[in-house]
Amino acid sequence: MKNINLKVNGVDVTVPEGTRILDAAIKAGFKIPTLCYMKDLCNESSCRVCVVEIKGNRKLMTACSTVVAEGMEVLTNTPKVRAARKITLELMLSNHHKECLSCVRSGKCELQDLSAEYGCDAKKYDGAMNSYDVDDCTEYLVRDNNKCILCRRCVAACNKVQTVGVIDANNRGFATKIASPFDRSLSEVPCVACGQCINVCPTGALCEKDGTKLVEKLLEDPKKTVVVGTAPSVRAALGEEFGYPIGTDTEGKMVAALKAMGFDKVFDVDMAADMTIMEEGTEFISRLNDPNAKLPMITSCSAGWIRFIEFNFPELLPNLSTCKSPQQMFGAIMKTYYAKKIGVDPKDLAVVTVMPCIAKKFELTRDDKNAAGVPDIDASITTRELARMIKNFGIDFKSLDPKTQFDDPIGKGSSAGLIFGATGGVMEAALRTVAETVTGEKLDNIDFKAVRGTKGIKEATLTLGGKQINICVASGLGNAREIMDDIKAGKSKYHFIEIMACPGGCVNGGGQPIVDSKTRNLVDVAKTRAKVLYKKDKKDVLRKSHENPVVKTLYDEYFEKPNSHVAHETLHTSYVARKKY
Amino acid sequence: MKTLQELQEIRERTKAALVNRKVCGATEADAASESGAARTHVLVCGGTGCTSGNSKIIHDRLIEKLAERGLDKKIQVIMTGCFGLCSKGPIVVVYPDDSFYTHVKPEDVDAIVEEHLVGGKPVERLLHAEKDADGVFKSIVETDFYKSQKRIVLRNCGVIDPENIDEYLAYDGYKAYEKVASSMTPQQVIDEIKKSGLRGRGGAGFTTGLKWQFTHDAQGDEKYVVCNADEGDPGAFMDRSLLEGDPHAVIEAMMIAGYAVGATHGVIYVRAEYPIAVHRLEVAIKQAHEYGILGDNALGLGHKFDLELRLGAGAFVCGEETALLNSSEGKRGEPRQRPPFPAVKGLFGKPTLINNVETYGNITQIILNGADWFAKIGTEKSKGTKVFALGGKLENVGLVEIPMGTTLRTIVEDIGGGCPGGKKFKAAQTGGPSGGCIPASLIDTPIDYDSLMAIGSMMGSGGLIVMDEDNCMVDIAKFFLEFTVDESCGKCTPCRIGNKRLLEMLDKVTKGEATLEDIDKMEELCYYIKENSLCGLGQTAPNPVLSTLRYFRDEYEAHCNGKCPAGVCKALVSYKVDPAKCIGCTICAKNCPVNAISETADKAANGRPIHAIDPKKCIKCGVCASKCPKGAISK
Repeated sequence: MKNINLKVNGVDVTVPEGTRILDAAIKAGFKIPTLCYMKDLCNESSCRVCVVEIKGNRKLMTACSTVVAEGMEVLTNTPKVRAARKITLELMLSNHHKECLSCVRSGKCELQDLSAEYGCDAKKYDGAMNSYDVDDCTEYLVRDNNKCILCRRCVAACNKVQTVGVIDANNRGFATKIASPFDRSLSEVPCVACGQCINVCPTGALCEKDGTKLVEKLLEDPKKTVVVGTAPSVRAALGEEFGYPIGTDTEGKMVAALKAMGFDKVFDVDMAADMTIMEEGTEFISRLNDPNAKLPMITSCSAGWIRFIEFNFPELLPNLSTCKSPQQMFGAIMKTYYAKKIGVDPKDLAVVTVMPCIAKKFELTRDDKNAAGVPDIDASITTRELARMIKNFGIDFKSLDPKTQFDDPIGKGSSAGLIFGATGGVMEAALRTVAETVTGEKLDNIDFKAVRGTKGIKEATLTLGGKQINICVASGLGNAREIMDDIKAGKSKYHFIEIMACPGGCVNGGGQPIVDSKTRNLVDVAKTRAKVLYKKDKKDVLRKSHENPVVKTLYDEYFEKPNSHVAHETLHTSYVARKKY
Repeated sequence: MKTLQELQEIRERTKAALVNRKVCGATEADAASESGAARTHVLVCGGTGCTSGNSKIIHDRLIEKLAERGLDKKIQVIMTGCFGLCSKGPIVVVYPDDSFYTHVKPEDVDAIVEEHLVGGKPVERLLHAEKDADGVFKSIVETDFYKSQKRIVLRNCGVIDPENIDEYLAYDGYKAYEKVASSMTPQQVIDEIKKSGLRGRGGAGFTTGLKWQFTHDAQGDEKYVVCNADEGDPGAFMDRSLLEGDPHAVIEAMMIAGYAVGATHGVIYVRAEYPIAVHRLEVAIKQAHEYGILGDNALGLGHKFDLELRLGAGAFVCGEETALLNSSEGKRGEPRQRPPFPAVKGLFGKPTLINNVETYGNITQIILNGADWFAKIGTEKSKGTKVFALGGKLENVGLVEIPMGTTLRTIVEDIGGGCPGGKKFKAAQTGGPSGGCIPASLIDTPIDYDSLMAIGSMMGSGGLIVMDEDNCMVDIAKFFLEFTVDESCGKCTPCRIGNKRLLEMLDKVTKGEATLEDIDKMEELCYYIKENSLCGLGQTAPNPVLSTLRYFRDEYEAHCNGKCPAGVCKALVSYKVDPAKCIGCTICAKNCPVNAISETADKAANGRPIHAIDPKKCIKCGVCASKCPKGAISK
């Protein structure tokens, strides 16, 4: 590709043809603020905060969309540019509910940061303001358009990346707002609860439905035994909320914090992930050997994905594994086996999960999620909510013991369960178990590298017991849609498919810490967080689900064998075809 | 499917019949009628203005009456496009007698048929009042309104039946396409357009030939030609009139453009509020298909070209080319950041040529008469003519086409006939809500792209609104800004919030609540919006404010001091009864809609009680002042 030479603030820089000014400026060492732009996602040129001067151009140009040209001279920081950015921010502030002191995003709000950087007068353009009802009708998400600055990142995430398409701009001019068709609530449209919109929102217009108050209440209730389980990817991201760099493993501190908060037991959902592998792997082998069984078999761990297929491809529901997700298996094991073991009435046992996900808040309300006659899960909070609670509980996260361990007896998971947190992880974990189960031989190499990495669609072919098996891993619902369309069209050659709703898998889930756009320009967040999981996996001695002694105990003491009757009753589920509108 | 030979025969046959549709001698008229054509042609204006004045009923009744009198073979009645002099509509013109009837009502049809068409004596009371030096009623082309005009784009409007392709063919219709497709290379066509100096008539004035060249040069497996017929300026109806009056001219130009840039598919994006234009386009496209003019082998010359209509829902912003493309694709009508320009990445991401209706209206004439002919008309940098929709405080409002370089004075005084009631001309707004005002002191400014830009206005698509001494310029600026705020798509911050705040500030000015510092703050915001908005709508929205600030700053300052010099801004106006003039007749009190007027204890000379207005109740509607027989109430 051709190279282009240009000057940014007098600094010579050479970049490939087609590069945008924003990236050329970063290369030259200059920061340009952005509010609507987000790398690989949104490029609407709508906020106008990234304007720069280009010598010879009368108008200011947006750095996020303007492509460099040979000999271009860009000025990113002139008085005119600064003045323009300041007015843009002040105009946004004039129609923004400035509840910064109590806003859930305070301290992580890009508008707040930039307003401070540019010394904005928040009242300069005071005038009429829009006033909207807050949409809090779903179990998982709250939309407050009074704080929306119409950057359209959420629209891009919902439409372009996820192809869910339940939000877009409604109305025009000053009355423009992001909403669903006919102004319906998100609870009345085929929103899948992936939460990707929250992750990209620069302000507090989108956040998860708060679950912290319920958790506090459970902890305060003297009658309740409260156990908590943490999803694999939470430990890979929680540290970011306390100032650690992206990609820091804070498993020990996380466990310590949960113990300090007063949970009676702190368990690892990785254990339930191992159980998922046992159940799902067995289900796959039996489908493979049954000429009448539906193939490809598709994983069912991701709650957002389940909603997506229920809304968009109900005819493919028989292809889904009947396994409950690790969260629900965790809850079911707790309320059945564990309650019995510790002699507590399941009614008095509260199970809380910490998830990288907001769809899990919906998942726990589904039918068929009450193995012991009471809900499997009582509350599910996101990584972000856990961080808020830790702060609220006055816990100094940084000083906690990083070596703190999960509780026995069933706290321990294998690192096969751990890598569930990254796209491809479920597949790799399943292959480790399925391969050894089918062949009866130990694998020499258990690293299935073809399914690793943040690529949207990955595929591989392997031979299992003489049979050729085609597998596929997709993350992000736009990619999932492609795969499903192929199955529908009869063009799919796969036997086993892993799908995660969020691009990159749970490490990039809708409940994970917010990473602002300027950081995303420089860091591949999903990849960096996933590294934590793979690093731990590499070092771990227990890397296969079927070798986890806890799994063995569970089958020996309660579930008999994978896909047994009791396992089906407790650990499997069913799905519903949902109407879109 | 007609062969070229057959088309030529239609041309000649129809043309002979149309001889009688112009001023011609009786011998010539008789000769033409001997070949079977009607001797007398009655042209009824079928433009939107006249149609809303019942011209369709007039047309139908004429046909009915003539049939009753057995004259339907000898006298042809047709509905044409707009004649232009809309303020005098509905218009009916009778040829070859050259009688120019104005303000015709359905009930006048009997008189026209009996007295004129049967009796041979024009109905004088309905004739346009202008007479020449000899006291003879002027024909339509001799009137002051028409004589300074030059009709290139509107050449067929008010002449042919737009729903009859044969009549279009008669005036060299589809000959320009025949010429390019049979004897010119695409590059030669583009060179000819470049040489003509034609610039885009949609507003910005970009060189048309260059746009064609860029689209021609762009790589793409598929290309599109688009016609922007989303005319949205308040008071503008140039494009609508051309589509209503001569739809084939636009279709033929798009075919030529398609040939030149390498596109086989065209889209006309026209607003659904133009039902007559839409209908006539549909008829024209259907007829062109039947004749084999549009289709896989256009005119049998080996090239494919097809056309479809896309109806817009009436958003002003969809006149912005990238928003138009989004809307045509079925997306929300909001602009895309440029570059990339449509020539590179347009409709469905393919290279696309977008021109305005009027721009296309020039193409066939440039091809047929040559670039040199066209380049002789107009000024050095603005070639050809420009169509304007004249509106506002003028005697003659309507549609005019003038050579570039004509002064504003000619338009206002000669063509427009000056302000009614002898009021003083104050300013003219060109470019609609995107343009600016031209004050009376600059009335001798030649109307061309660069002169208008230099004085802070713009050509725009052709709206021209005249203001007189009774107009408040702050109020005018507010009117236009209200429009753009309403029509903003809401995508970018400067336009969505900036223009809204600007309007709020203007509102403060009109209420007398602003300070001089507020005016400075307003000006700063104007420049910010211009430089930072995403598309042309936002970038030009503050123009009415900036240009009125430039030429009428004193009016803004007067408002800050609590006065509206023109007495328009209600908050700054108060009505008072002059006790010396009041005769206590109570007419004002009876007419006041809010009962704000009542008698006082004081008595007039005639012993009746003098009346007074309660300023707290008064809504400043002005009814009292207009009803007072003694002129005792004033602002």
